[in-house]
Amino acid sequence: MAPPVLPAVLRHHLAALRMLLVFTVVTGVAYPLLVTAIAQTGFSHQANGSPLATNGEAVASSLIGQNFTLPKKNPDDPNEVPRPDPAWFQPRPSAGGYDPTNSGASNLGPNSTKLIADIRARRAAVAAFDGVSPASVPADAVTASGSGLDPAISPAYAYEQVDRVAKARHLAPAQVRSVVTQHVQGRELGFLGQPRVNVVELNHALTRLGHPSALRAGR
Amino acid sequence: MDDTLAGWLQVIALVVALALSFRPLGDYMARALTGERHWRAERLIYRAGGVNGDVDQRWSVYLRSALAFAAVSVLFLYGFLRLQSHFPLSLGMKPVSADLSFNTAASFVTNTNWQAYSGESAMGYLVQMAGLAVQNFVSAAVGIAVVAALIRGFTRKQTDRVGNFWVDVTRIVLRVLLPMSVVFAIVLVAAGVMQNFHGAYDIATIAGGHQTLTGGPVASQEAIKELGTNGGGFYNANSAHPFENPSALTNLIEIYLLLVISFSLPRTFGAMVGDHRQGYAIVAVMAVIWTASVAIVTANELHSVSSTVGHTAGAMAEGKETRFGIWASALFAVSTTLTSCGAVNSAHDSYTPGGGGMTIFDMMLGEIAPGGTGSGLYGILILAVVAVFVAGLMVGRTPEYLGKKLRGREMKFASLYILTTPALVLVGAGLAMAFPGERAAMLNSGAHGFSEVLYALTSVANNNGSAFAGLSANTVWYNTVLGVIMILGRFLPMVFVLALAGSLAGQRPVPVTAGTLPTHRPQFVGLLTGVILIVVGLTYFPALALGPLAEGLH
Repeated sequence: MAPPVLPAVLRHHLAALRMLLVFTVVTGVAYPLLVTAIAQTGFSHQANGSPLATNGEAVASSLIGQNFTLPKKNPDDPNEVPRPDPAWFQPRPSAGGYDPTNSGASNLGPNSTKLIADIRARRAAVAAFDGVSPASVPADAVTASGSGLDPAISPAYAYEQVDRVAKARHLAPAQVRSVVTQHVQGRELGFLGQPRVNVVELNHALTRLGHPSALRAGR
Repeated sequence: MDDTLAGWLQVIALVVALALSFRPLGDYMARALTGERHWRAERLIYRAGGVNGDVDQRWSVYLRSALAFAAVSVLFLYGFLRLQSHFPLSLGMKPVSADLSFNTAASFVTNTNWQAYSGESAMGYLVQMAGLAVQNFVSAAVGIAVVAALIRGFTRKQTDRVGNFWVDVTRIVLRVLLPMSVVFAIVLVAAGVMQNFHGAYDIATIAGGHQTLTGGPVASQEAIKELGTNGGGFYNANSAHPFENPSALTNLIEIYLLLVISFSLPRTFGAMVGDHRQGYAIVAVMAVIWTASVAIVTANELHSVSSTVGHTAGAMAEGKETRFGIWASALFAVSTTLTSCGAVNSAHDSYTPGGGGMTIFDMMLGEIAPGGTGSGLYGILILAVVAVFVAGLMVGRTPEYLGKKLRGREMKFASLYILTTPALVLVGAGLAMAFPGERAAMLNSGAHGFSEVLYALTSVANNNGSAFAGLSANTVWYNTVLGVIMILGRFLPMVFVLALAGSLAGQRPVPVTAGTLPTHRPQFVGLLTGVILIVVGLTYFPALALGPLAEGLH
């Protein structure tokens, strides 16, 4: 008995489906697995998210920004706005609160009254917190990044925070400033991107100078 | 080194890298599309897929294969998204809703990669890899296949055959996209992009808090996302996310990847028609538009022109990453909106009216400078046909391009192509603005709110996929309407391109005479650029006046 002949339309779509399944196996399964195998063998640090560890325990990814805030007065109050901890260098404002499960930007427009009000309020707060004049606060300190996870700030904003961090940690400002200077990264290959300070790596380095909670407890 | 010098060096480095790739990659793609021999692996694929790789197809059969492949792909992806919770590596993600599944399936099959979801909270790893990324490969290959058929229309004589769809797609995937993706995925990993299957995991942070980090096979997605001008991010923040784009170096690599195929295809075109000068003229038009656009957006962002936020903050830093700064963000924004990529490394919604408006205009040009993989070249070739026709009218001769006459039939297909996208954008934006519920999806108010809607419709109709992301587009209305527009915006033009290819292939070539318009000289580059700007500018001027222009004058 001859096999049943399918109508042409159906034959076309059946061939298309078979081709799609073949491509799914090649580009959807084999390709990512091959890349994973090479990446994990050759570049395991990067492939695993560039972790930063304290005593062997991962405490950060050096690529992803974190909050450096004081513990909440009432941990059960979802509306309580976390206050920045003066003992840590502060990152940029974030639209998603440095939550990697909620990446993204504010998406507020270039003449948005809400954004203008936010920027003015941030400028006043940062100036008061760091003890500097509002006019000198750099742009990155008052604007949110595209990802909401930006780990970096401008060198200007890092240096602005030195005195406040030193005071909170009972350290000499010169000592803290030298840690910042060690963490200023130039442009990549000399000309790509911007000079910056990675706040996560900087604060991680600070822990080696003594942990602030220990300092607070001893006060 | 100051910002300006560094910024210029970065642009120059990119241009040099693209220029060095132009010949080898363009020639290699031409060989892949014209070579007689199949690879052994390709024969295996044809056998597994049950297709015949040894016969050429008529344009209508070529089109039917492309449409059948798309239809099957949309259904397959839709089912995959609806059922993702039943598959391994789903990370406990819930099934995707019906309207969002349709929107996402349409989006990835049409090479748009509009995303009304956040990757990190909606998509498991298997659906990202074996569902979405597969379309990143094949939708890019389909674009190149279709332009190959159009070029064959110019080169072949008195035939009704324009090539074999399955052979073209398979060769582009196997010989071009897959090897380049493997190499560049590894390069990206070495430069800091992650590639693992860790899922989401909690850590105790430096300051003693908690943070949930998100793992994933990111580098393998990232490479093809840029290379295939797809643009669908693994995470919501797309290429602004440090795990997708950790440094200014990976940023430059990603910009290079999203431009390199489309900028090299004119070389493929020149090689296939046997006259490299024709390819140089096309790439020159692309380069002129790209350069002007980079200059306009960068200048607007640097000088914060017409933006209160820029003056209040001191710089246009809102929505931009510190490691990139303004130059690298503007370069990415222009490149992603002039191709049909749509990946973003900064929030376009927060750009100045001039900078953000220019990204909309870039998409309105129809993604042709250099455009999406394949679709950019067929788009600009259609405009070249129009330019030749306009020149023919001026001197009163029957116009001809590459030895083929442009008669009424050819011009009808070219005109339909050119009318399709503006009709979709303008009618779609009009509809969205007519309904109060859809207007309410705007995050910003006034002219900028309208720009969000105009951006969305322009983005989907041109298969770009980037967004003024303030718009809350994950509603049943937007998911459905935008999904339909993506499909029409991708496949209607494809129908006209393949019909034109068939019509051209059937002609007997006419000899070049003293009266033939040369299409390889600077004169033609100027003519084509002018036609592009006039056709697009006049079509969209009223809509632009209500959005970014009104905002800039505010």
